[in-house]
Amino acid sequence: MSSVSTAPAPRKRRGGARGGEAVAGWLFVLPAILIIGIFLIAPIALALWVSFTDWNGRNSPLFNDNVEVVGLENYAAITTDDTLTRELFGRSIRNNVYYVLFVVPLQTALALFLAVQVNRRLLRAKSFFRTAFYFPSVTSSIAITGVFLFLFSATGVVNRIIGWMGVEGPNWFADPNGIFHNLLGAVGVSGPPGGWDAPGFLGVSAWQWIAGPSVAQTVLIMLAVFTTSGTFMLLFLAGLQNVGAEVGEAATMDGAGPVRTFWSVTLPMLRPTVFTVLTLGLIGTWQVFDQVYLTRGTPAFPTLTSPAYMAYSEAFEENEPGIAAAIAFVLFLIIIAMTLIQRWALGERDERGTGKKKRTGAPLQAGLTADGAARLQAGPQAGTGGGLT
Amino acid sequence: MKERVTGGLIAGYVVLVVLAAVYIYPFVIAVIDSFKTEAEATQDPMGLIPQTFTFAAYEQLFTGTGMPLWAANSLFITVVVTVFRVFFDSLAGYALSRLHFRGRNAIFALFIGVLAVPSVVLMVPRFLVLKELGLYDSYAGMIIPLLADAAGIFIMKQFFDSIPVSIEEAARIDGAGAFRTFWSVTLPMAAPAVITLTILSFQGSWNEFAHFIIARQSPELHTLTTGVATLLSGQLGSGNQFPLKLAAAVLMTIPVAIVFFVFQRRIMSTTEGGEKG
Repeated sequence: MSSVSTAPAPRKRRGGARGGEAVAGWLFVLPAILIIGIFLIAPIALALWVSFTDWNGRNSPLFNDNVEVVGLENYAAITTDDTLTRELFGRSIRNNVYYVLFVVPLQTALALFLAVQVNRRLLRAKSFFRTAFYFPSVTSSIAITGVFLFLFSATGVVNRIIGWMGVEGPNWFADPNGIFHNLLGAVGVSGPPGGWDAPGFLGVSAWQWIAGPSVAQTVLIMLAVFTTSGTFMLLFLAGLQNVGAEVGEAATMDGAGPVRTFWSVTLPMLRPTVFTVLTLGLIGTWQVFDQVYLTRGTPAFPTLTSPAYMAYSEAFEENEPGIAAAIAFVLFLIIIAMTLIQRWALGERDERGTGKKKRTGAPLQAGLTADGAARLQAGPQAGTGGGLT
Repeated sequence: MKERVTGGLIAGYVVLVVLAAVYIYPFVIAVIDSFKTEAEATQDPMGLIPQTFTFAAYEQLFTGTGMPLWAANSLFITVVVTVFRVFFDSLAGYALSRLHFRGRNAIFALFIGVLAVPSVVLMVPRFLVLKELGLYDSYAGMIIPLLADAAGIFIMKQFFDSIPVSIEEAARIDGAGAFRTFWSVTLPMAAPAVITLTILSFQGSWNEFAHFIIARQSPELHTLTTGVATLLSGQLGSGNQFPLKLAAAVLMTIPVAIVFFVFQRRIMSTTEGGEKG
């Protein structure tokens, strides 16, 4: 410490230290690089190879004379060939599309609503409410799905509560009927119009494509909203704190009501956070696995599958690693496409903003995104989180 | 003006209280029903006080299932993963923030790139690599792939970026090596980020499911998540066994709940680790 004040010495030392610094730098990142390289990058390369082969899962897929390259056959099996596998894949895509379409808007809107309510300046017991809303996000997906299986059983808690209102609840997990089909049935359309039951895109008929989420899947949708809204509420709270109270107050002074203030002042300023949450939501919902795995014993299971689950079952139950790898890559492409669309939309908006804002906003957003991804990965979306812009 | 604010506030309270009840109720009723008999949990799931209060479900969990072993596995794996992940993420984050070396930008770009790889997409590929390396169905295969993560590295780098360099320059000048400086000067200053990352890593590895499904098959290697998953899919016994399943869910939630309530201020001070700049 005594040498701190000696002026000339540091320069020399520092020059000499650069060489050591380079070695240290590499040593510091080495463990992370090895782990990420071996268990993240190498798997992708290996799976890409397997997706082009007819490997049957026995011995090694590498340097194995029994393994033949079959080109795009595995990809064809899930997209163009008229097979049961394709239909199962098509159904899993259909299921997942509805899951995304319902979960993402609902969780985003609810999280934003909770954040705005909890952020009120005059609110007491703020931390109690934050705790209550965030707690479901820290529990494991297994535990919370177990609780939901109990709550939504045929004579379970939820149906009893609905029963008080004189409505007979469905047998949730046993009900494969699409809710759009049910709505159509209510207005007299109980079957497919002419030609709508022929196998269509990915072997799934048009009538099935428009079925909507099954009653059973609505439970998984509620579960996802329940467990992620707390995480996203925290991201919105960070965004709100960044915006600051003054802006809203200024608007209120100007005579704008709370609803007006929200729509014309708060929401536009939160736009970057909204995009972060939408992106994380899109990436997460396309990866739904844990909840699907846990409900595979339920009667309506075919309406709950996801591509992520199907990749698993093709590899471990059907012994089709090639098809499993192909599904994994198709899923990867879907998620990348979603991310790019988000990015593109975000970029469009950014360009309209001032350059200055962009610079101050970017680190916060990057931090938020990393934080959100880490939280999602840690919480019940584990195995369904992880991704990031 | 004042009146409107108060009216809005009361309405806000009502909404928040109702919503909070909805969020808390599933946990409360799960705990209560885990102390009921199976018949009572089926016939009267909503009763707030069990008519016959029983520990039967918990007893059965400890004597009739692999629960104790699963818990031991979960604890072991979680502790090892958390300790090393925080250490490796901090090291890498520090190097990317502070140390000058060739290829640093490329490595940072690589880490950012892998952030975009969805973990579920990696399930089958990871299984393939574990098998190739002979790590399938072993503790090593369950643990090593989780020892570093790009999001954690990013969070640490961001935090190190926010600490003034001048502080460690004094130590450097004093002749301390890079690791000494990192370990005894900079890392302690990054305590908030380290704590955040520790909590997230603990929670993440305790709750990890997908990786343990593909990395092992032996029942002896079940963790709480994979073990309880077999309970939930009802592969043993008859009946709905709700008290048993709920008791398992309650038990596996207790450790993360404790961590959450002890550190809740830190956990919920949003993006403490990531954003603070």
